[in-house]
Amino acid sequence: MNISVNIFTLFITCVLTNNVIFSRFLGNCPFLGVSGKVETAFGMGMAVTFVMAISSLCTWLVYAFLLVPLGLQYLNTIAFILIIAALVQVVEMFIKKSSPTLYKSLGIYLPLITTNCAVLGIAILNINSNYNLLTSVLNGTFSALGFMLAIVLMAGVRERLEHSDIPKCMRGFSSSLVIAGLMALAFMGFSGIAQ
Amino acid sequence: MKRLLNTFFNGILNENPTFRLVLGLCPTIAITTSLQNSLGMGLATTLVLIGSNLVISLLKDFIPDKIRIPAFVVVICTFVTMIELLMKAYLPELDKSLGIFIPLIVVNCIILARAEAFASKNPLLPSIVDGLGMGIGFTLALAIIGSIREIIGNGTILGISILPASFTPMSVFALAPGGFITLGLTLGILNAITNKIAKKREASCK
Repeated sequence: MNISVNIFTLFITCVLTNNVIFSRFLGNCPFLGVSGKVETAFGMGMAVTFVMAISSLCTWLVYAFLLVPLGLQYLNTIAFILIIAALVQVVEMFIKKSSPTLYKSLGIYLPLITTNCAVLGIAILNINSNYNLLTSVLNGTFSALGFMLAIVLMAGVRERLEHSDIPKCMRGFSSSLVIAGLMALAFMGFSGIAQ
Repeated sequence: MKRLLNTFFNGILNENPTFRLVLGLCPTIAITTSLQNSLGMGLATTLVLIGSNLVISLLKDFIPDKIRIPAFVVVICTFVTMIELLMKAYLPELDKSLGIFIPLIVVNCIILARAEAFASKNPLLPSIVDGLGMGIGFTLALAIIGSIREIIGNGTILGISILPASFTPMSVFALAPGGFITLGLTLGILNAITNKIAKKREASCK
């Protein structure tokens, strides 16, 4: 009972109150870059969720069983980025062989994920906040779901905006950033739901 | 000499990483809550940029083309780890307020983009100058946004209060939404200015 309550709290925290985009500021480049259409945004969200869950697992294992026993904790950044880069490559090859349909929908987003700072950021946050293995993986998955929620919402707004008459100087990035700011303001309303 | 100067100012004006290329948004939005944080982050990124451009331009003939991206990442990561340890030792307070965004310099797109687009194709000196120019351009952009947010959100600059006591700070500017909105509006204003300049130039050409 207690565990399921904790998991639910973590879910609410990661998706709503501590959303990766709106309150942790991680993964903003794909958030603004790939949010033109709801469909592509959804694909990107799925790919990030997939990679983030696996990378939380791998980085935690490597940190706990390789870096800590060897006393090399200060190398965590370099180890994690290499793990993530290798992982993305492996995942890409695996999906390509095993499920061509999934590859078609996720394939193009996978290489972009290596430079998504949310993946590395969550891996480092897991270690910094001393999470255990289960919490790390759940934190990674739920944060990625929060990313997906944010990017799909943003894509929905931007699809509508395409037909509206925005002043020339505000088109593109600047209007997207202001929208993101207003969405972040709305998400601040969730604070206080879960501690 | 003139070409070096061009490379230097290219990073500050024509290809300013934040305002023109719109790269590296996460630190730009996350840590610009005050001018001090902005300068700290800008300085750290500049040092990493110069270091990685220097090493990559020296190693460019030895790195096989196929694995150049992982090789660049390892070089960048080495410098980031060095800066991280130095900051922890000498500037613990700044390190605390920048937090996770120091290790995240590794995935800042500007650094990899400069390694790929400039340092891997140019000799040593221009690469260093390019790193310096890009770094200063990034720092300037961060400082502009940081100052706006600190003045409106807190009524202070570098911790010294400059606005009269009757001014109520709009704390939302120091929080998450303010970062997005300030950057968005600053970009919009700069676009408007550059559009106007371009129009004037066109008119004078005719």
